[in-house]
Amino acid sequence: MDFDPVVFSRLQFAWVIGWHILLPAFTVGLAAYIALLEGLNFATGRQVYLRVSMFWIKVFSISFGMGVVTGIVMPFQFGTNWSRYSDATANVLSPLFAYEGLTAFFLEAAFLGVLLFGRKLVPQWAHFVAALMVALGTLFSSFWILAANSWMQTPAGYEIIDGRFFSTDWLQVIFNPSFPSRLAHTVVAFFITTGFVVMGVGAYLLRREKSAEEGRTMLSMTLWLLTVLVPLQIFLGDHHGLNTLKYQPAKLAAIEAHWETGRRVPITLFAIPDEKTEANHFSVEVPFVGSLVLTHEIDGEVKGLKDFPADQRPPVAIPFFAFRIMVGCGLVMLGIVLLGGWLRWRGRLDDTPFFLQLCQLVIPIGFIAVIAGWVVTEVGRQPWTVYGLLRTADSVSPSLTGSDVLISLLAYVVVYLFMYPSGVLLMWRIVRTGPATAEEPDAAIEAGRPKAPVLAGGHVGVGDGA
Amino acid sequence: MTQVLDFVPIWTLILGMAVFFYVLLDGFDLGVGMLFGFAPDTASRNTIMNSIAPIWDGNETWLVFGGLGLLAAFPLAFAIIIPATYFPILVMLLALVFRGVAFEFRFRNGEHKTFWDHAFSYGSGIATFAQGVVLGSFIQGYEVTGRAFSGSSFSFLTPFSILTGIALLFGYGLLGAGWLTLKTEGDIQSAARRHGRVCLVAVLVAIAIVSIWTPLANSAVADRWFAWPNILLLAPVPIATAAVALVTWRALGNSQAQVLPFAGAIVLFVLSYSGIAISLYPMIVPHHFTLWEAASSARTQAFLLVGTLVLLPAILMYSSWSYWVFRGKVRADIGYH
Repeated sequence: MDFDPVVFSRLQFAWVIGWHILLPAFTVGLAAYIALLEGLNFATGRQVYLRVSMFWIKVFSISFGMGVVTGIVMPFQFGTNWSRYSDATANVLSPLFAYEGLTAFFLEAAFLGVLLFGRKLVPQWAHFVAALMVALGTLFSSFWILAANSWMQTPAGYEIIDGRFFSTDWLQVIFNPSFPSRLAHTVVAFFITTGFVVMGVGAYLLRREKSAEEGRTMLSMTLWLLTVLVPLQIFLGDHHGLNTLKYQPAKLAAIEAHWETGRRVPITLFAIPDEKTEANHFSVEVPFVGSLVLTHEIDGEVKGLKDFPADQRPPVAIPFFAFRIMVGCGLVMLGIVLLGGWLRWRGRLDDTPFFLQLCQLVIPIGFIAVIAGWVVTEVGRQPWTVYGLLRTADSVSPSLTGSDVLISLLAYVVVYLFMYPSGVLLMWRIVRTGPATAEEPDAAIEAGRPKAPVLAGGHVGVGDGA
Repeated sequence: MTQVLDFVPIWTLILGMAVFFYVLLDGFDLGVGMLFGFAPDTASRNTIMNSIAPIWDGNETWLVFGGLGLLAAFPLAFAIIIPATYFPILVMLLALVFRGVAFEFRFRNGEHKTFWDHAFSYGSGIATFAQGVVLGSFIQGYEVTGRAFSGSSFSFLTPFSILTGIALLFGYGLLGAGWLTLKTEGDIQSAARRHGRVCLVAVLVAIAIVSIWTPLANSAVADRWFAWPNILLLAPVPIATAAVALVTWRALGNSQAQVLPFAGAIVLFVLSYSGIAISLYPMIVPHHFTLWEAASSARTQAFLLVGTLVLLPAILMYSSWSYWVFRGKVRADIGYH
C-alpha cells in the first residue's frame, strides 16, 4: 500500500503535541498556584494554605511527570520526522529550543525533587523557593517555546542562504511580530485552564462538605483570579486577532471562512465552508460586524481566501470551527465569572448548588479552549512550517516511508490512550480522597507516597513524621 | 559570513560533556530500574525506587539537552542521525514514557502495582537497549546522500548494533549496582554487589569485542589506534581500563567499600567514552561529516554560548544541591511501605 509519510507525520505530530500541551496548560498555572499557597503559608502561617498546597502538589506530581515524559518525545520529533525542517531552520530556532532546556527544564527538574520530597529536609523558606523555581521554570519554558512557535508563524530577523535560514538579528528572531501577543494569550490561557480546574474541584469539595474550608479557599481565590483573567483574555485574544490579520491574512480569512476581499464585510456566525466551490453553505451572517471586529473600523478591508493561490491557502473548515469552539468557551467562561461575582456580592457563593455543580461541569473547559486555539493557529499556518517560506511537504524526513510513520503513529496512539486515562484516573482518586483534614496534619504530608525517599545520613530528623 | 572565532571546539566539549552526563546520570537510574526487576519483595523495590525518585527527572533532562545541543551546535548531524535511528528512538521514547510515569503511578495505584513494577523495570531495560542500538549504528555510520540520511528506517539493525545494545544493558546495570551500593545497606546492597560483578564481567567482554571489531571493520579506526606513535600515546587507555576493572571487581566484593564500586563504574564509562571519541574524532557523522562540516553558523553557536556559559555552571550548582539534600542512605523502614 502507498501511504503518504507527510500526512502521517503531521497526524503524529498533532497527536503527540496535542496530548502534551494539555499538561503544560495545567502545570504552568498550577505551579504558580502552589508557589502562591506556599508563600501565603510562609507569610501568614495559616494551615489551610498548607493543606490546599499539599493536596495540589500530589496532583501536580502526576501531571508534571506525564508532562516530562511526553515532553521528551517532542524535540526528537523534529529529528525523526522533520529532519529537513531541522536542517533548514536549526541556525535560527535551535538556540531558542536549547535555551528552553537550559533555563526551564533543569530548573524545574532540580527543584521538583525538593518540592515533592524535601519538605522536612530543608528549611521552609528553601521549600518555598523550590516551589517558586518550579513555577518560574514553567514560565521560562513558555517564553522560549512560544518564541520559536511564533517565529514559524511570523518569521523575522533572518536571511536565507542555499535554502537554509540564518539569523541576522536575534532580538528580531525572538521578539518577532506575533510573539508578544501570542505569549500573553497563551500564558493567560494556561492560568485560566488551571483556574477552572481548581475552582471546579473546590466546588466539588464544598458540595461534599468534607473539606469545606479548603474547598472555599480554592473557590474564592480562583474566582478572583478568573474575574481578572477572563476579561483580560478576551481583550488579548482580540489583540492577537489584529496581529493575525496584519501578518497572516490567509489564516484569518480561513478562520472567518471569508472568500472575497472587501470592506464592510459581514461576520459569519455559522456556515459550512466548501473549499471546492469556494463558498459557504447555510451561513448565518451579521452585516458590517466582520470589518468592525477584525479591523476595529466599520470600513476596514478584510482579505478573502480567493486573493491567495489555492496551494497557499490553509484548510478552511478546521480553523473556522475550532475558532468558534474557542470563542464559545470564552463566552461561557465570562458568563460563569459574572455569575460567580454576582453570587459573591449577594453572599451566596458557597451555598448555591446550581453554581457549584456548574463549576464542576466546566472543569475541562480551559483544555478544550486551549486545544481549539492551538488547532486554529497551527492548522491556520498550513501549508507551511515557516509561514510563506518553507512548505510542510518539504520539511519531512526524506528517508521515511508511509508505513514507517504509520507504525510509529499507531505506537504513540496506543501508548498515549493507555497512559492518559490511567493518569487522569489517579488524579481523580486524589481529588476524591480530598485534602487531609486539619485533625490529621501528618497524613497530609505524604499520604500514599514515600515519606522520606532518601534520608540524609542520620542527622536529619525522621523524615516527614510517622 | 566571516568567521572570526572558531566555536566548534568548545561546543564539542560542551556537547560531549552533556551527552556523557546523560549517559552517567540516566545510566545509573536506568540501571537501577533494571535491577529493580530482580528485587525479591515490595519493601526492597520501594527502597530501590526511592533511591532515585527525587533525581530521575533531572537526570533525564540531560537527554533533552543532549538532543537539543546536537540540533543547535551540529544541526546536520542531528538531521541525519535522528531519522536514521527512527525506530530505536521511537522505542526508547515510549519505554521512557512507561518507566517515567511508573514512579507516580506505582505509588498511587495499589491494585495495579505489579503492572507498574514491570513497566518500570522493562521500560528501563528496553530504553537502555534502544540507546545501545543507537550508539552501535552511530559508530558504524549511515548511508547519506547530500544533506540527508538515505538508507531505510530498518538499516540500523545490524549484529554490531545489537551487540552494543546488549553491552549497554550491562553497562547501565553496573552503574545502577554502583549507585545502589552507595545508597542502600543490607540485603539490597549485597544483591547489588553480586549483580554488579556479573555486569562488570559482561561489560569487559563487550568492551573487548567492540575494541577488536571496530578497528577490523574500519581501517581509519585501526590507523588511529595502531599507527606509530599513537599506539604508544593511546596504550594507557586499555591498560587503565584493565586496572580500573580490577579495582572495581575487588571493591564490589569488599563490604567496607561504599563509594568505590560506583566510582569505578564511572571511570570505566569515562574510559569507554573516550575510546569511542578517539576512534571517531573529528567525525560527527562517521564517514561523512566532520564536526566543522556539520556545525551551525558561528552566529548561532556564539548566541547560544553566551547564555550557556552562565547557565550551565548554575545548573550544575543547583542540581548538585538537590543531590545534596537527598544525600546518604535510603532506609526502607521510614520510607513508603
